[in-house]
Amino acid sequence: MGKKDKLIEAVTASVLGFFAFSVGFLFPLLTLIVLFYESLPAINRFGLIDFLTGTTWDPVAEIFGALPALFGTLLITFIASLIAIPVSIGIAIFIAELSPQKLKPVFSTAIELLGAIPSIIYGMWGLFVIAPLMADYVEPFLQETLGKIPLLGRLFEGAPTGVDALTASFVLSIMIIPFMSAIVKDSFEMTPALLKEAGYGLGATKWEVVTNIVIPYALPGIVGGTVLSVGRALGETMAVAFLTGNVHQIPLSLFDPLTTITVTIANEFTEADSDIYLSSLYYLALILFILSFGLLMFARFFILGRLGKRWGAKSI
Amino acid sequence: MGSEEYISRVILRRKIVNILMLGLSSLTALYGMVWLFWILADVVIEGFSFLSVNLFTNDPTPPGIEGGGLRHAFVGHFIITFMATLMGVPVGIGTGIFFAEYGRHSRFIRGLRSITDILVSFPSIVIGTFVYAFMVKPVGHFSGISGSVALALLMIPVIAITTDEILKLVPNSLREAGYALGARRWQVIKDISLSAAKRGILTGVILGIARVSGETAPLLFTAFNNNFLTLDPTQPMASLTVTIFQYAMGPYEEWHGQAWAASLILTMGALLFFISAKIIIHGFRRR
Repeated sequence: MGKKDKLIEAVTASVLGFFAFSVGFLFPLLTLIVLFYESLPAINRFGLIDFLTGTTWDPVAEIFGALPALFGTLLITFIASLIAIPVSIGIAIFIAELSPQKLKPVFSTAIELLGAIPSIIYGMWGLFVIAPLMADYVEPFLQETLGKIPLLGRLFEGAPTGVDALTASFVLSIMIIPFMSAIVKDSFEMTPALLKEAGYGLGATKWEVVTNIVIPYALPGIVGGTVLSVGRALGETMAVAFLTGNVHQIPLSLFDPLTTITVTIANEFTEADSDIYLSSLYYLALILFILSFGLLMFARFFILGRLGKRWGAKSI
Repeated sequence: MGSEEYISRVILRRKIVNILMLGLSSLTALYGMVWLFWILADVVIEGFSFLSVNLFTNDPTPPGIEGGGLRHAFVGHFIITFMATLMGVPVGIGTGIFFAEYGRHSRFIRGLRSITDILVSFPSIVIGTFVYAFMVKPVGHFSGISGSVALALLMIPVIAITTDEILKLVPNSLREAGYALGARRWQVIKDISLSAAKRGILTGVILGIARVSGETAPLLFTAFNNNFLTLDPTQPMASLTVTIFQYAMGPYEEWHGQAWAASLILTMGALLFFISAKIIIHGFRRR
């Protein structure tokens, strides 16, 4: 074996290794450092607790508080997940257990296509098509019905404009369904056929097999997939950018306009005219980084990681 | 009440629950399909009605003046995505090769792979702010190339993970046969692993391009926007997605129409990429 061979060997290994190390370690670390560095002025000025609990966002007076944006992000993600979780599980049950074998790839692909549509299309479609429908029909209807219930009715107060928490959450839910249902479906399909057949052999109906065998077996996958989708929903920008109204207030009703971390950054980043303004936006980005990276790490290592051990090398 | 009657009642109840719940599951699948077709139908119908030759050949005119187009955005979008592909593909494939060929037995490298996997779902807007800090702020103005870097950073994890997964499908016995013939590791990678996994890796590349070609958020403060056609990547550059954002939020009816037409092109492009990736990988798995 010649010297040249050894050299090529060493160069290949170190170049590829450098790529992998940069992508999997340096890049996220550098992002964290840059975000932290850029938000230092805001961190020094407002501190952590005051920034997180501050409700004022006033570029003129240079007072910045993250609570409205943080609350908006969490609220929209929460409502979207509330809609998306049952629907995704239903879709997974349908594709994994109900649809005829030949049609399975058709349905899977159709749902995946829903996920391949760029998020800005969801946003624009939401603004031009869904928001008017919400404002004219759905929201007045909700006010007439649910709005009459004491206490609960407060959630439906205000003028229905269509550009509000409800519409934004709803469009976001459509966006995360493909991602969530794909993971849930994959974990359903991990269930050994033997276990299911044992269930049928005892005379169980299909639904009983699904609830007593498939779902318990796939539970870690369902939970992991859900957390992963929530992590992704937190950082979604364009689908909601059209629909929140970007108003820095804590919404008291589902029909109030609001803002999220991503929408604030998207709308105000290029307009930030003072250093502390830009720094506060970086501070928001840092919070989003930690939130979503933490959540995704949790899903990957603690839920899907354990799952991987149980199911062997196959990764989801 | 006879026990037989009781049993048949229980069975009836179980059957009803069964049908009811499975029916509900089917309805959720229908629910998903409804949105897919609704969005596609709106994009196609509205988009086609605003599609014209001017859209591709003309630059924007001031609102109110007929005959404006989005040539600047089409060209800009292509340039930004193309440069991102040039940067992202080699690094993405290289990373994937390293994970699959060198990293299978190392905990550390598997950790790197998991983090790369997380980066696939990472908020793209944060990457935009990151690139802004070291490519836009020091220079003092937005540039097409910084947009490409942001997109490349988004593309790399997607390509790396698919490449890794595809290479894992290449049977180890093939590699061992290579080693038995005295081949070195880089020769095994080049002549055995990569040549067996060509199609799969191509799929990863297409998926990576598809993923970034519809991205808006990371371009907002990197490539920014430009009302004029530019081929200079150090200048601010328009893209279809940012233009759609600007036009759809804008007050003019013709802007909305052009935004729909651009959405049609963008959606068809993304779906075309996605479907061709599916077809290629299908052929790969079958072999």
